[in-house]
Amino acid sequence: MNRQTQKRLLGIAALVVAAVIWQIVAEYVVGRSFILPSVTDVAGAFANLLGSGTLLADIAVSLEHFGIGLLAAFFLGVPIGILMGWFRVADFLLDPIIEILRPIPPLAWIPFAIIWFGLTTQAAGFVIFAGAFFPILTATYSGFRDVPKVFVEAGKVLGCDTSFELIRYVALPAAIPAIASGIRIAMGVGWMCLVAAEMFGVSRYGLGYELWHNYYLHQMPNVVVYMLILGFAGLIIDRIFRNYVDGQLLRWRAGEVA
Amino acid sequence: MSGVTIRDLGKAFPKEDGTTTQALAGVNLEIGDEEFVCLVGPSGCGKTTLLRIIAGLETTTTGGVTVDGRAVTGPDPKRGMVFQEYSLFPWRRVIDNVAFGLEMKGVAKEERRRTADYYLELVGLSQFRDAYPFELSGGMRQRVAIARALANDPDVLLMDEPFGALDAQTRNRMQKELLSLWEQTKKTIVFVTHSVDEAVYLSDRIVVLSPRPGSIREIITIPWSRPRDRTSAEFAEVRRRVLRMIDETENTQ
Repeated sequence: MNRQTQKRLLGIAALVVAAVIWQIVAEYVVGRSFILPSVTDVAGAFANLLGSGTLLADIAVSLEHFGIGLLAAFFLGVPIGILMGWFRVADFLLDPIIEILRPIPPLAWIPFAIIWFGLTTQAAGFVIFAGAFFPILTATYSGFRDVPKVFVEAGKVLGCDTSFELIRYVALPAAIPAIASGIRIAMGVGWMCLVAAEMFGVSRYGLGYELWHNYYLHQMPNVVVYMLILGFAGLIIDRIFRNYVDGQLLRWRAGEVA
Repeated sequence: MSGVTIRDLGKAFPKEDGTTTQALAGVNLEIGDEEFVCLVGPSGCGKTTLLRIIAGLETTTTGGVTVDGRAVTGPDPKRGMVFQEYSLFPWRRVIDNVAFGLEMKGVAKEERRRTADYYLELVGLSQFRDAYPFELSGGMRQRVAIARALANDPDVLLMDEPFGALDAQTRNRMQKELLSLWEQTKKTIVFVTHSVDEAVYLSDRIVVLSPRPGSIREIITIPWSRPRDRTSAEFAEVRRRVLRMIDETENTQ
């Protein structure tokens, strides 16, 4: 048996043991599905939800909120990070503002998200944006600050004679690994904000929305199902992104990416 | 004709406390077309600063540099530079590193690849055209860096201790290859080195700098044909003379 199969088998074994312990505790120690639903309760709830057919709609709506927030964070965070990382004046100008806004927890923006956007998809997107923006901004900024001086000078002697050319052909490609890991962190934070963003009823569907909705209905097995789906979906999004980035960057960067 | 003329050149760097450090003062030098000149001197004598000023990467405080009769005001592809550190862009394949300067000039893809292939061939790395820099050894990277500088067809090739990070054997081989490139391309080369041996092996003239402020202590002409024999008595004699000169300038501080 090689290491890889050994690792996999042990992992599966541990999951099975955990499920068995969970089942025993839920059924014989706690004994109330409302306090701690058992594995079979959750499996049954999952089967029912599959049958009801709203799961796909929930995932689609959540991905829409998530996508709006991340795209906005990307299209604002990267350019502002580039400006601050490349031009000293932009850094001096914007840094105090950024430093004041950055420590505000993303969820603290929820009241204004509702006031500015109403109970809309954009409001949920805005909360996710508030969580994802700063990781992308700071990663882009430090990626640009860390571009080796010799690359910039090589670019200059080889004929890049404007800041635009130096950014486009030298600094940006050099900073891509840093930006990619910033996006990865931003996706993690954004996904965490999702549950809260959907809590106040911006839509009739959504994984976060359903989680709260089932809580109000005291359907705790359903709540566990949505928790698990949120976890898995987050994991899959991270994996897809990581594989994509590694596939793109590994060709020139042996090893340490994102 | 692509000579370099340096006239009354001085360079002062501002320090934290408001005073300045005089790195170079009163440097006058004429470098002829197709000449191979090495700059040597003790650490901190400003030889790299002088090279960077010729490249346009540093400004002068007094005096100036003209190349081919035109004043140097900033970096220009007409003055190619090879750095001591590995400066290849790691995200570009070897061929696209060599073609970078042509891409900046707006040369079409087909044509710039053809030119880049020619220079890769010249440095003997055609079979690595599609490799990424991390796949190359240190010596190969510097050969690609030389090809990249040459692909712009510069008037002058500036080299800042390009072989400083290489092991002794690779270094000797690179020196031989550089001389053959120089004979084929007929470029003017200004070469900064710590190694007196390297300078005696390569140069038409060795410019010895004295430190703080850096100025020209002496210029030694080496009339021998190439390839030169490192083990000959006359080679050793010139090497000893230059070393003694550097020692003296260091001790009289």
